[in-house]
Amino acid sequence: MDGQLAIRLRGVIKRYGPITAVNGLDLDVPQGTCVGLLGPNGAGKSTTMRLLTAQAIADEGELEVLGFRLPAESKQARARCGVTPQLDNLDVTLTVEQNLRVFAHLYRIARADRQAAIERALQIANLVERRDSRVDKLSGGMRRRLLIARALVHRPQLLLLDEPTVGLDPQVRQELWALIDALRAEGTTILMSTHYIEEAQRLADTVLIMSHGSAVAAGSPSDLVAEHAGREAIEVYGAPAALAEAEAAAQAVGLRTRRTGTSISVLGVEGADGRAPEGERRPTNLEDVFVLLTGEEIS
Amino acid sequence: MREVINFSSYWRSATFSSTVEPTIYLLAFGFGFGSLVSRVGGYRYVEFVGTGTVATAVLFSSAFPAMFGTFVKYQFQRTYDAILAAPVDTEELVTAEALWVASRAGVYGCVPLIVALFFGLNPAWGMLTVPGIAFLSGFGWACFGIAVAGFAKSIENFSYVVSAVLTPLFLVAGTFFPLSQLPEWAQVLGNFNPLHHCVELVRHAAFGTDGWADLGRVAALVGYGLLTWRVAIYAMTRKLID
Repeated sequence: MDGQLAIRLRGVIKRYGPITAVNGLDLDVPQGTCVGLLGPNGAGKSTTMRLLTAQAIADEGELEVLGFRLPAESKQARARCGVTPQLDNLDVTLTVEQNLRVFAHLYRIARADRQAAIERALQIANLVERRDSRVDKLSGGMRRRLLIARALVHRPQLLLLDEPTVGLDPQVRQELWALIDALRAEGTTILMSTHYIEEAQRLADTVLIMSHGSAVAAGSPSDLVAEHAGREAIEVYGAPAALAEAEAAAQAVGLRTRRTGTSISVLGVEGADGRAPEGERRPTNLEDVFVLLTGEEIS
Repeated sequence: MREVINFSSYWRSATFSSTVEPTIYLLAFGFGFGSLVSRVGGYRYVEFVGTGTVATAVLFSSAFPAMFGTFVKYQFQRTYDAILAAPVDTEELVTAEALWVASRAGVYGCVPLIVALFFGLNPAWGMLTVPGIAFLSGFGWACFGIAVAGFAKSIENFSYVVSAVLTPLFLVAGTFFPLSQLPEWAQVLGNFNPLHHCVELVRHAAFGTDGWADLGRVAALVGYGLLTWRVAIYAMTRKLID
């Protein structure tokens, strides 16, 4: 399957009553890459994830996962996918090892290979010593690691990670990033949704920025930054009135701006010496693109 | 399929108190009423109630755990979300849950009968079919419970089902008094009560069969199981897949 697409979505639409959660989404995930779905809360990332496991059925559009068409062949696709949900759904009354064992059964790992698969997953999660602990005795970071390891017990070709580090402290996030990066290095295809820009920038080969249910931009993080925000930005600080003035002035001379809450960032200033305002120069980043494309206010 | 069942059995190794309550009913009615009425429908009252409460035990160990267990698992623990992300579909999930609950009902259903044996019920070979009868009725009630959980918007909705459906069916099943005491229209309605068929089958297993009529009762329980099974799958698919 080298060089083929692990996930291919075309014109996918999913409505919930009057709300259109996913609105004409196209998405390509090539084999062996890590694609980040980046977008604010409510952009349709989680719905997209549910569509990929046929836990939500699209109203329109074509979906293919690992060459299987959804929803008709979703069971074959799911057998080759691992899923880490946003909300922890480990069985808290079972031990670490039992949780893995249940999923080894659900993924129909042959009896002879089962124990080895569980040992491997315990190692991935770095929980070998805690194998007999009940899940409700684990820390938040351990539970997340177990949740990811549970999705890997059957060596899936494709890993779906829905907000893998949401609500975790920085140390735990780093730990999980190292884990995901190692998987990526081994060649596992990963689709990851996140609203943490740093996460997407560090882990994803390609980022798809979603807003209101559709893709507004796609590309490698550095290409997206170069294309939408240029190389450098200038930060202008001041009172709200002064900020509004600076914003208007920059826009009047054709520069793009974004608000940060405490300042105005004027983007793409590297070739605009005469027109650029006074302020602190800094390199542009993916957050600039994110805010620029998904809007400054949370709708 | 087998994997799923296997896995469910891990999961709830705890024994439930669903047998305690029918036993209390058995003892309370058996001794309380038993001292007032010595014979009912040709049997000693403790024998009558001892066989009847098998159906109560089945109901308590199937419909109730299925209702609450299913609701808790999808609403609070999100276990089903995790399972459906694996190559398992809703039909398999519902079937596995129902089979597991029904197996337990098959075991728990025998408890009142065993208690009654200690209080003078005569053993009979036919009693060996009781686990099977309990399993069959338990499957229908488990699917009923799962379906209710699938349709329920909140856990409070269950009290309507319990008061409006389960309690009347439980009282008018011939457990504590024979249906022949009731007006004719109620007797006709009784034939639509799966619990009544379960009660009768257990009684005939203990005291001698009723031939074709019993076969009809088994068919009724099979039909009830099939119907609730499909309804449960429909309800849970609606709930779990958007």
